[in-house]
Amino acid sequence: MSVLLVAEISGSQIGLDATAKALSAVAPLGPVTLLAAGEGADPAPLAALDGVAKVLHVDGAIYGHQMPETLSDLIVALAPEHTHIAAPATTAAKAVFPRVAALLDVMVITDVTKIESADTFERPIYAGNATQSVTSIDPIKVMTVRTAGFDAAPSAAAAPIDVIDPSAGSDLSQWVEDRVNESDRPELTSAGVVVSGGRGVGSEESFGIINALADTLNAAVGASRAAVDSGYAPNDMQVGQTGKVVAPDLYIACGISGAIQHLAGMKDSKIIVAINSDADAPIFQVADYGLVTDLFDAVPSLTEQLK
Amino acid sequence: MKILVPVKRVIDYNVKVRVKADESSVDLNNVKMSMNPFDEIAVEEALRLKEQGKATEVVVVSIGVKKSEEVLRTALAMGADRAILVEAADDVHTDIEPLAVAKLLAKVVAAEEPGLILAGKQAIDNDMNATGQMLAALLGWGQATSASKLELTDGTARVTREVDGGLQLVDVKMPAIITCDLRLNEPRYASLPNIMKAKRKPLQIISAAEYGVDAAPRLIVNKTVEPPQRAAGEILASVDALVSKLKEVGAV
Repeated sequence: MSVLLVAEISGSQIGLDATAKALSAVAPLGPVTLLAAGEGADPAPLAALDGVAKVLHVDGAIYGHQMPETLSDLIVALAPEHTHIAAPATTAAKAVFPRVAALLDVMVITDVTKIESADTFERPIYAGNATQSVTSIDPIKVMTVRTAGFDAAPSAAAAPIDVIDPSAGSDLSQWVEDRVNESDRPELTSAGVVVSGGRGVGSEESFGIINALADTLNAAVGASRAAVDSGYAPNDMQVGQTGKVVAPDLYIACGISGAIQHLAGMKDSKIIVAINSDADAPIFQVADYGLVTDLFDAVPSLTEQLK
Repeated sequence: MKILVPVKRVIDYNVKVRVKADESSVDLNNVKMSMNPFDEIAVEEALRLKEQGKATEVVVVSIGVKKSEEVLRTALAMGADRAILVEAADDVHTDIEPLAVAKLLAKVVAAEEPGLILAGKQAIDNDMNATGQMLAALLGWGQATSASKLELTDGTARVTREVDGGLQLVDVKMPAIITCDLRLNEPRYASLPNIMKAKRKPLQIISAAEYGVDAAPRLIVNKTVEPPQRAAGEILASVDALVSKLKEVGAV
């Protein structure tokens, strides 16, 4: 058995944390070849991850934005040498991997949360309301791994890096522009602490108190879908089944009722704190510590005391 | 230009999901079923393009059990012109895999020759987020997933995509497949006169067997269980109590 793991790379930026977590998930399946396809990215930190047998480095402008048509052709060309093809379940991989699977005439297995054996995988369905164990009868398993439940692989001795030639690019789609929300805060999916706001925060301006608490704790800021839909927070902050899945050491939910689709995105957090004025809010059923109080009093006071 | 919109009949998003006692699947007996919410957004976007004069016909297609006719009628009531039902299962608990759905849709595309396919980004039952991409691969078309904005110009679709870090703009050559995310639009409700009118719109029924597609599952479901529940913790009296607890367990 051998695994081809596609590293998360955007342009020259390597998503080391997500890749390292996916690596520790798939390492038990066999020797891992890491595919580093990007534009101007340095593959050295990837080669230094514990459990990597080899890095395949391919560099070119056509790989700068992980366009699915071009990247899937490259992965399919490398597929015959592997039994498993995997990637962290990022939005880029979610666009590419079903395409890869269809080109190989196999069924894709998305958002894997547990690898039970070489052919059996666990994944959430129905917005996290159920968990399904499935056995793939396909010769190659093509899957994306939900990284929140896995620890990042540590660094070790550097694995060899083989440079491979770019394949022909596809002109079916062209990258135009990224509109990235700039922030000095830690990245949501890898932050140790996440402070999230929900509908109870009430407005975009009031999100300032959530941001202030987050900055005090060097935390990332998250939001419920209700808060995103109401325009209080941008979509890329959304935590939940249709947003980001996080598992920080500490998750502080402010004014979030705890809809099942939100819980699916944060219930693996080590410690959950809920602040909500509604004592019946479902969020209290999963919280380790709850405060039934007005968040506009509690959150600034918490910020003050933790400074 | 003709737009093809695949729609799926799934458990209504307001229904509390329960797992069957034999752990074979989620229980779909006697529960309210509706059109997959992301597919509704795709239908709405197709109708808006037709209203703007950028499309001439909106055809909806569903692959599933006989009762999927209901969601096709809903789409017709919203304003779609005609519908195709590919009957591919007898039991509502048979979830036809995205690969098989994509293969069947590829046959429909060969017959209908649409200039654009608009689909939901994922179905809220199996949460696979795969059918659109798989169909694009089988057709050799370009794709743009998780669209929150769509503009059509000569032979090109400019799509704003919801991605991890924010938004990404891409240009996709048509014909293309675009999958729709929540913020693309707010789907309309069908009015009563339109619901009545929809009953007379054409709905063609085809058996999946006629297409000669192997729809056998590649993923064998071993079991379906409810996720482990977290135990509720303690309600604290004050912010002071919370701060000392968090310090006590080393969380801050």
